[in-house]
Amino acid sequence: MANVTASQSTLQSLANPTRFVAIADRVLPWLLGLTLVLFAIGLPLAFFMAPADYQQGQTVRIMFVHVPAAWIAMFTYVVMAAAALGSLVWKHPLADVSARAAAPIGAAFTLICLVTGSLWGRPMWGAWWVWDARLTSMLVLFIMYLGLIALWHTIEDPIRAGRIAAILILVGIINIPIIKFSVDWWYTLHQAASVFRFDGPTIHTSMLIPLLVMAVAFMGLFGVLHLMAMKNEILRRRIRAIGMRAAYEGRRGVA
Amino acid sequence: MSALAALFARDVRLSVKAGGGAPMGVLFFLVVVTLMPFSIGPDLPLLARIGPAVLWVGALLATLLGLDRMFQIDQEDGTLDILLTGGQPLELVVLVKAAAHWVGTSLPLVIAAPFMGLLVNLDAAGIGAVTLTLLAGTPALTLIGTIGAALTVSLRRGGVLIAILVLPLTVPTLVFGVGAVLGATTDPAPFLSPFLVLCALTLVAGVIGPIAAAAALRQSEG
Repeated sequence: MANVTASQSTLQSLANPTRFVAIADRVLPWLLGLTLVLFAIGLPLAFFMAPADYQQGQTVRIMFVHVPAAWIAMFTYVVMAAAALGSLVWKHPLADVSARAAAPIGAAFTLICLVTGSLWGRPMWGAWWVWDARLTSMLVLFIMYLGLIALWHTIEDPIRAGRIAAILILVGIINIPIIKFSVDWWYTLHQAASVFRFDGPTIHTSMLIPLLVMAVAFMGLFGVLHLMAMKNEILRRRIRAIGMRAAYEGRRGVA
Repeated sequence: MSALAALFARDVRLSVKAGGGAPMGVLFFLVVVTLMPFSIGPDLPLLARIGPAVLWVGALLATLLGLDRMFQIDQEDGTLDILLTGGQPLELVVLVKAAAHWVGTSLPLVIAAPFMGLLVNLDAAGIGAVTLTLLAGTPALTLIGTIGAALTVSLRRGGVLIAILVLPLTVPTLVFGVGAVLGATTDPAPFLSPFLVLCALTLVAGVIGPIAAAAALRQSEG
């Protein structure tokens, strides 16, 4: 119980946008540096040190971008769902900002995952797009991200847009496992014969270590992008508030 | 309870009277099914094979038609405010409105489905399976659509946005609906298990839909 109140008060102290921006400014350089170091280690490991696969040759190196991007794409949605809960239940003022800032990042990582998957699929499957269960789930996730962004853009008042989007995010987080399950079922029904499958658990250590380093580096990248996007969103809202106040005062001055 | 019954009767009456969309939905369904042979050619075996999918996609699109006006009409003439401040729980109100909307738009589609099945050369088993799966699955589509309608109630041009928001969420319903029909018409695939999952999806949508839609309506008005 004491733990809960402690974490709540930390969260509440972050509710002040000015304090949040100050903390974000202090954290950002360190996080950015850490991310750069991780990429500096991970990229050479992935592209030069890791062995080429005996079946797939050099194309297996796409995995070191593809798989972390897929993880972050899903992780972003979980972050958004937590933020949605925060904005609906506790009306936390920064939860809206967090969810809204995360959506384009999630969409971008999903797109990276889809594009690299397509590039990987061309030599492996002989086609740019195969209706593989996991690819299809990611495509649905991508459409959901874009729908959410569209919803945010059509509602002018940011607070109301945040609450409405939060409901859709929570509906989505309930539905995503159902969609994943149905797509898996659909895929076994339409079993394609010549589809290559990569068995995750049997991955060799020489590939696992670069993969994990890249995954942590992507996580850092997400953190940096998310914090910067949140700062931008806070500034954008301030500009909107100043503009509205100026318009109001201008009108009052005329009258 | 009688207030909810009155609301149901009012909504059904509005949807079948002039200006309601009920006959339009069936007509739209017919146009979509008719266009399909024009786009792929009058190949009867191929049509029989993809027929269930054509009927399901047609019904899915037809279900979307009247959704954007579901709460908007009530908001424009003030009925929504009365519903929000009235004594009935908003979740139940939304459920009743969704049921009325289903009776007005989706039930005609289910009744028309056997005739559409003839157009795409389905056999008796296929026609029966399509009609039965549509009967079990279209409530899920309407209930999921209700969420989209509630989210976009205050937007002036919500129609396309509803489709974008709702269609990804209908993937499971479509998959198991068409899967059950394939199970009934082709031999090795099972019918009962996808059909039961389809019924389960409808029940889940019956819980999530009214709760989420009611929350969205409160946010829109508040």
